[in-house]
Amino acid sequence: MYTTEMSKNPTQLGPSAAEPPELIEAFEARVANDEFIEPKDWMPEAYRKTLIRQISQHAHSEIVGMLPEGNWITRAPSLRRKAVLLAKVQDEGGHGLYLYSAAETLGTSRDDMIDALHSGKAKYSTIFNYPTLNWADIGAIGWLVDGAAIMNQVPLQRTSYGPYARAMVRVCKEESFHQRQGFEIMMQMAAGTPEQKAMAQDAMDRWWWPALMMFGPPDENSPNTAQSVRWRIKRETNDELRQKFVDVTVPQAQAIGLTVPDPDLKWDEARGHYDYGAIDWDEFWAVVKGEGPVAKERMKARTEAWEKGAWVREAAMAHAAKQAARRQKEAANG
Amino acid sequence: MANEKKEWPLWEVFIRAKNGLSHRHAGSVHAPDADIALRHARDTYTRRMEGVSIWVIRSSDIAASDPADAGPIFEPAESKVYRHPTFYVVPDHIKHI
Amino acid sequence: MTANEALFDYALRLGDDALILSQRLGEWCGHAPAIETDLTLTNVALDLIGQAMLLLGYAGEVEGKGRDADKLAFHRDATKYRNCLLVEQPNGDFGRTIARQFIFSTYQRALYQELTRSSDRRLAEIAAKALKETIYHADLAAEWVIRLGDGTEESHERMKAGFEWYWRFVEELFTAEPADAALIGAGIAVDPAKLRAPFDAALAATFAEATLALPKYPRPITGGRKGRHSEHLGHLLAEMQFLPRAYPDAVW
Ligand SMILES: [Fe+2]
Ligand SMILES: [Fe+2]
Ligand SMILES: [Fe+2]
Repeated sequence: MYTTEMSKNPTQLGPSAAEPPELIEAFEARVANDEFIEPKDWMPEAYRKTLIRQISQHAHSEIVGMLPEGNWITRAPSLRRKAVLLAKVQDEGGHGLYLYSAAETLGTSRDDMIDALHSGKAKYSTIFNYPTLNWADIGAIGWLVDGAAIMNQVPLQRTSYGPYARAMVRVCKEESFHQRQGFEIMMQMAAGTPEQKAMAQDAMDRWWWPALMMFGPPDENSPNTAQSVRWRIKRETNDELRQKFVDVTVPQAQAIGLTVPDPDLKWDEARGHYDYGAIDWDEFWAVVKGEGPVAKERMKARTEAWEKGAWVREAAMAHAAKQAARRQKEAANG
Repeated sequence: MANEKKEWPLWEVFIRAKNGLSHRHAGSVHAPDADIALRHARDTYTRRMEGVSIWVIRSSDIAASDPADAGPIFEPAESKVYRHPTFYVVPDHIKHI
Repeated sequence: MTANEALFDYALRLGDDALILSQRLGEWCGHAPAIETDLTLTNVALDLIGQAMLLLGYAGEVEGKGRDADKLAFHRDATKYRNCLLVEQPNGDFGRTIARQFIFSTYQRALYQELTRSSDRRLAEIAAKALKETIYHADLAAEWVIRLGDGTEESHERMKAGFEWYWRFVEELFTAEPADAALIGAGIAVDPAKLRAPFDAALAATFAEATLALPKYPRPITGGRKGRHSEHLGHLLAEMQFLPRAYPDAVW
């Protein structure tokens, strides 16, 4: 997921003067006709830019998202849990990789996207700026965070940009075990010792609201939604998806005996949906701005990994150049 | 793109899901050379038994047709319906043809 | 030591090596030099956890006291761990991690190759499965040793320094424990002395390509197989075992 818009101002999306209206018209018609747009096809600059921003933001979220769960790999409480968590976090790395690749087909480079992340220019999902404080957080992330992500990602398998849609197909296939393993952890802990149950409830209390924020600002405050829905780079609005998430998740929490930390939560018979309490959007925007509880730690970990890896990446390139030179010399000496 | 020289080049990955099938485009990876590209492709795209064979090719080595020329390239085939068996009428009582 | 106790100890050693190294490799997850490298290291860690589960599970069965792989992994103190000193060393930089992987996987490949012929059917089966993984790990590590050794000046120095850290722990891999004699005689365990030649040959071949000088081995440091570890293992276990130790009644 993590395709949330994180800017309060609408992007300048009007057709640029340089773009021929007949091309724009043909493009819009193709998208409206549910056709896929492929890398070398003509596309409006605003579409390209919006996609690069959205896909790279999604990729960054997958990569930064490895950190909160990675925090518990060395402390997983059984060998099975350790293997599952390693495989899960590894999948998230793969998702980042698929998504960076999809964005690269739009004419950007992975290094440039990573630079934008490290310089703070690019955003990533707010959810990963919260700390993982007990083992049940690993359950809560799989169940709630991956659950919210899946809800957002499933419709994107039919998004208008071919490489993005194909990446999402692969991602969704792999995501299916993530939510289940998380729920399994929560279920086990909620039915466990009193201490385990307390950990599970504590995790639920801390992750519920940030999970709801993952769907992005309310629709009336979401400047780019209409355009994005028309371009099929977004298929449902933030509030629609959030409601869907609440409706499926509340009964799951009840089934394992956990309390949703929302005193205003109640079933609305007339709407056929749960009503839920007010989300703290000040907190959301603060976290977007980089003021999340562990935002500094997350960025430090990412930049350090990147900088400490520079000599490795350079060495491999240097070796490849040497090998190429040797091959050339051999060929010349025939 | 100041980093262009330092960045590991991009490789396109093709996976044969099982013998009898063609290799199919799976995605891409960055790698410094072909050997590591194969390993990266293996670790990225065959973690769930997706394949029995991997090809990698430098993305920059792929020549592709231009969608702007799709008309002249692909539309001439549309009028050659006689290349398809359904173009020919064979009476019902003639069998095995 | 009875024959059964000797076999338990032997399986424990094999399992502990795999477990401790996978724990170390897991520390890399999310912090590797490139995303692709991150997936690669994680794959090696996952293979090793799988091996640890099989080997420790078997050790528990041999012991016959109701301890399963988790019990052995999470409720044993450092002095009861039987892994070699090599695998418990901190990761260091990527060069040092690759040096450790090269030494260990090259040794483990030679070991499993022999162990597939063990007269103990279970050990032979586990070795056969693990051998395929280990061949891949050894080749992978060799490829990286070559790239870093014959890469830039900096990478050459780092690769060299990485190996320098480990030379003193190599001898331990090829040293049999007194209790092994009977197991080796019965064709159950592998005589580690037999593994030295293929190890040295693989090392020489890779080092030549990597433009690295062959090692001058210092005085060996040993003790892991007897439970005398470095200071690092205690910290590793404190972290790894924290939850099951703090909440002994809980099931996770
Ligand atoms: Fe995602
Ligand atoms: Fe993901
Ligand atoms: Fe996920």
